[in-house]
Formats: sequence, structure tokens, C-alpha cells
Amino acid sequence: MISIRGIGKSYGKIQALKDINIEVNAGEIFGLIGPDGAGKTTLIRILTTLLLPDTGSAQVMNLDVVKDFKLLRRDFGYMPGRFSLYEDLTVEENLELFASIFGTTISENYHLIEDIYKQIEPFKTRSAGKLSGGMKQKLALSCVMIHKPGVIFLDEPTTGVDPVSRREFWQMLHKLKQHGITIFVTTPYMDEASQCDRIALIQNGQLMSIDTPNAIVEQYKDDLYAIITDKRHGLLQDLRRYESAKSVFLFGSHIHYTDKQTQLDKPALNTYLQAHGHSQIEIRKIPPVIEDCFLALMGDLKEDAHA
Amino acid sequence: MRTLRFLLQKEFIQIFRNKSILPIILVMPMVQLLLLSFAVDYEIKNIKLIFVDQDHSHFSALLQSQFTGSDYFIISGQTGQTQEAKNAIERGTCDLVVIVPPGFEQNLFRGGRADVQLIMNAIDGTKAGLSSSYATGIIRNYTKTLIENYRMRSNMGIAPQYKQIEANYSFWYNPELNYKVYMVPGILVLLVTMIGAFLSSMNIVREKELGTIEQINVTPIKKHHFIIGKTLPFWFIGMFEFAFGLLLARLVFDIPMVGSLYVLFSFAGVFLMVVLGLGLLISTITETQQQAMFISWFFLVIFILLGGLFTAIENMPAWAQYITKLNPVSYFIEVNRMILLKGAGFMDIAVHFAVISGFALAINALAIFRYKKVS
Repeated sequence: MISIRGIGKSYGKIQALKDINIEVNAGEIFGLIGPDGAGKTTLIRILTTLLLPDTGSAQVMNLDVVKDFKLLRRDFGYMPGRFSLYEDLTVEENLELFASIFGTTISENYHLIEDIYKQIEPFKTRSAGKLSGGMKQKLALSCVMIHKPGVIFLDEPTTGVDPVSRREFWQMLHKLKQHGITIFVTTPYMDEASQCDRIALIQNGQLMSIDTPNAIVEQYKDDLYAIITDKRHGLLQDLRRYESAKSVFLFGSHIHYTDKQTQLDKPALNTYLQAHGHSQIEIRKIPPVIEDCFLALMGDLKEDAHA
Repeated sequence: MRTLRFLLQKEFIQIFRNKSILPIILVMPMVQLLLLSFAVDYEIKNIKLIFVDQDHSHFSALLQSQFTGSDYFIISGQTGQTQEAKNAIERGTCDLVVIVPPGFEQNLFRGGRADVQLIMNAIDGTKAGLSSSYATGIIRNYTKTLIENYRMRSNMGIAPQYKQIEANYSFWYNPELNYKVYMVPGILVLLVTMIGAFLSSMNIVREKELGTIEQINVTPIKKHHFIIGKTLPFWFIGMFEFAFGLLLARLVFDIPMVGSLYVLFSFAGVFLMVVLGLGLLISTITETQQQAMFISWFFLVIFILLGGLFTAIENMPAWAQYITKLNPVSYFIEVNRMILLKGAGFMDIAVHFAVISGFALAINALAIFRYKKVS
């Protein structure tokens, strides 16, 4: 559905994307996950024909994003990270405008957006600028869907949205998927990875891994421990100074810890922590989540760079 | 076509939903026309005059009385010495010196020419020009009276004894001209230029600022549809503005409309395309409304000041006169005056029309070339 081959893009000296290769299958929700500045928006802008790549090529629905951009623009939907509808037009006027630009009508494709649009229809005479954040998103998604695109590109749709609206938004995407629409979505939130069929992890313009969320987690080789003590302050530093520590990351109230040894010497670590004034020490083996994988892959990337 | 209709509809909805736009369109022309037309008044009264009478004759006294009787002049001093009068000019206590040399009356009667010298303080060029033209006018009148007298006498069988007094000054400004009639057509042009350039240059940039252009760019909207959708509404507003201003000019200032309004509006239509093209070009090279605003201002100030409204083009240095050849505003001001005041027909303004059409084609081609949907 989408095939990206060797895409590279630089802004002056800064290389925003390095040799990106991705194949997205028809009908899946594909998540591009990475922190701010990783290159997500650059890639999505190349795929949506707004930016020309320096190297490589990309096809969306078998159309080249550079050569066939005119044809391609009829067939995909794009929702930029920033709300980009006309705030001085009403909800209905916005939807009508985008329907007519694509040579269709609201009634023709109403079934596609019904679930989403129903929720904002009571406010259809309100100007788009006066909608709440969650409603703006529903309107934006409706406008993106109104011409029945084969693929939709969503750039950080859940950034800055409250947790309830975020969950709702993913539910909407799953419903759209049932209509056979391919969804390419970017997000900086690692916990949203499980909502996607497949994900790509990106950091500093480089892809680190592409697979299903489960497979990526399974690739995590080390034993992972969650550690908590009564003395939260200083725990991170103390663990990082521990000789046998491989990786130490703060995850909320816990520390995620991996050891250099294949088998963690729990009593030794316990003794070490006690010696540094910690008590009520709790060391628990836990299954890794995507963020652990991401951090581990990031570490590998750095080691590669240094080697 | 359907897409274009929707785009136009969208633009009009947005324009009229903007609460400040209607006052701008309706109040701005009224304020500008009324304020500027009454304020920019080149009529000057109370010109300080020193009359240097070195002849002390009946006819020199008669000439002086003509000046004293005029509304324009007040006699600020009396002297027989040219040098003293010149000093008064240097001190700034005098604007104009009229010198009647010795032998004035004699020369007149001997049938030769009689000379009168005018010296003026030209620090304020406009005032100096006007003072001299008023003075020349008075001297003309005086001459005319003399000639009439002479004819009367010759009819009565008295031998002709004197001829015309020659005022050695080229006549370049018409003191009888009503300045409002002269100013209003020019101010109208400025109005249309400002409305067109500002509204259009801000419009696309606004979409860039709000990010809505991103959403529009990924749609299959054709480039020319988008550009027409963006400019045509402002073309209509500009034309409305021009008609509205013309109506005001007619009702308030009783501006004559001698020539064909069809020709005038056709020219205005092409002129607006130049202005809108400029706005479009500015909006393609800028990223924010602030940048667009400043660049528009840059051009407008040059256009307005070198447009021939506030300084006559003939009074500019040669290099500046060449610049005005590239200034669309100066063409429209000239055409506006030619058609409204002189009743020029299409053939009279054909060259202007050709030049402005050339501008319209060139600037729009450049703007369309610059406008890209891909970065």
C-alpha cells in the first residue's frame, strides 16, 4: 500500500531522515513512533507530496509521491499535526468545502464518517474555531475521510489531547480500519504502540525497528527488573553507579533496570542499595514494554555510532 | 467549475464574516476622501508681498493697487530698494517681491515692452510656484485692463499709446483650478490600490500562518482555481470600492465626470489585476502577515509618493521621472484625471491601457510561477 525505499532528507547540515525503508500493508494501522524531532513529520510530509525527498523513492497506492503527485492527491487523506481547518467557517461549511474540493458530496460518503460526525453534528452551525480540542479532531478526521481516501496519514493526532479523547480517537481509527482504510499514524507516545498493527521506531532520522508491537517486545533479550525503595531520591544515581548495571531508566515511580550478567545477583544488589541507605527495597522481574525496547534500541544505536 | 464556485463562496463567507472588513471597505474611503481632499489644499492665502516701486508713476501705483486688492496678498513692507526687499526674503518676513523698475511707465507709453521683476522665496516650492502664478495672473489682468482702455481710447480717436506689459514668467499652474477636483480622482486611486494590495497580500499568508494551506495543498485543487478563488473576491471588492468612492466624489465634491465611465471602469479593472498580482506575489514570498504587511507598505509608499498626486511628476528629477514610468499608480491617476476631468476617450488612453495590461500580465505570470504547492 505504501512502500518507502531509501528515503533521505536533509535540512542544510542536519540530516532529518537517513535511508528509510518501510512497507505498509493494505488495511493495517501502521504507527511511526519516536520522540519529537525524530523525523516523523518530515517523513509524513514526503509521503503526502508536500516535501521532496533528497534520495530514495516512495509509492503510495502504486503512485510515486514525486512524479504522480497530482493523481495521488485525489486518493489520500492527510491530517496535519496542527488543526488546519478554517476556524471562521462552521463545522458544516468546512465539511462541505472539503467534499466539494474532492468533487463529492457529504451524503455520498456519509456512511464513512457517520460514527464520528454524529457526535459533532449538533454543533454543525458553530464555527470550527469555537469547538473543543476533541471535537476539532473529530471534525478534522471527518474532513479527511469525506472523499473516501484509500490511505490516511495522521500526524501526531493525539498530541495535546486528554487521555479520554485519546482513547476515543483510537477507537475511531479501529472503526475506520474496518472500512478497509489503511492508516499511517505518527505518535510520540510509546504506550499507543499497542493500538497499531505494526510499528516502526524512529530516532534521529533513523529507523531502529519495524515489526508488530508484540514481536518488538519479544525481541527484548535482557531480563528487566522494576526497582523501588523508600528513598526515591538518589536511587537513579545509586543504580547507575552500580558496577553491574547495564541500563537504568526512570519509569514513573519505578526504575527499570537491566544487569550486565545474564543472571541478576539479587542479594548483591540488595546489599549495595542498603549500603547506600535504601530500605524497603523491592526488586521485581517485569515484562518489557515498547518504551523499554525503544530505550534499548537507542542505546544500541549510540554504541554503533561510537564503535 | 463547481470547485471554483465553492472556493469563491468560501472566500466571500470568510471575508464578510471578518468583522473588521465591512468598516474597512465602507468607512475607509469616506474618511480618506473627505479628510485628504479637504486637508491637501494647495490654495494659499496671505502671501507676504513687498512692492518695490522704483518708478513712482501713475501706472506703477495702479499695479500696486491690484495686488493690495487681491485676497492672496498682504503687503508686508514698502521700500524703493531692491536690496532691502531681498534681505526681507532672507529673513523670511517676505514671500514675494514685485519690482517695478524705473522707466516702467515711459517704456509702456513709448510703445515698447515694460518689464516687471518677480523674486520669490522658493524654500517651499509649492508656495513659490503658486505665489508666482497668482502674481502673474494679477499682472495679466492688469494688462488686459490696459488693453481695453487702449481700445476704448482708440475708438474715441485717441492715438494708441501703450502695449502689453510682459510678465517674464512661464505659466505652469492654473490658479483658477479647483484643487479638490484635481485631488479627488488621485485619492480614489490610492484607495483602490491600498484595499487591493493589502487585502490580497494578507490573504494567502494568513492561510500559511494558520496552517490551513497545508490542508489545501494536499487536495487536488488546481493551482489556477486556488489563485482565482483567492483574487477574484478582492477584485470585486476593489471595483466596488472604486464605484463607491466615485459616487462619494460626485455627491460630496461634485467632481465632473466628462469621459466614458465604461473606459474608466475597464481601466480600473486591469489596474486592479496589477495590484492583486502584486499582493499575490508578496504573499508567495512571505511567511507571516507581518512580513506581507511591511513589504506591501514598502511598495505602496513608493507608488503613492511617486504617483504624481503629491508632487507633480514634471517637478521630479529626471531619474525619478523614469521610476514613475514603472509605477502603475501614476498611470491610473493620470488616466483617472484624463477621463473624469478632460473627457478623454479610449484612444487617448490607449498607451496607458497597453502599459498597464503589460504590467498585469507580467506580475501575475511571476506570481503564479512563484506559487508552488510543494516545498
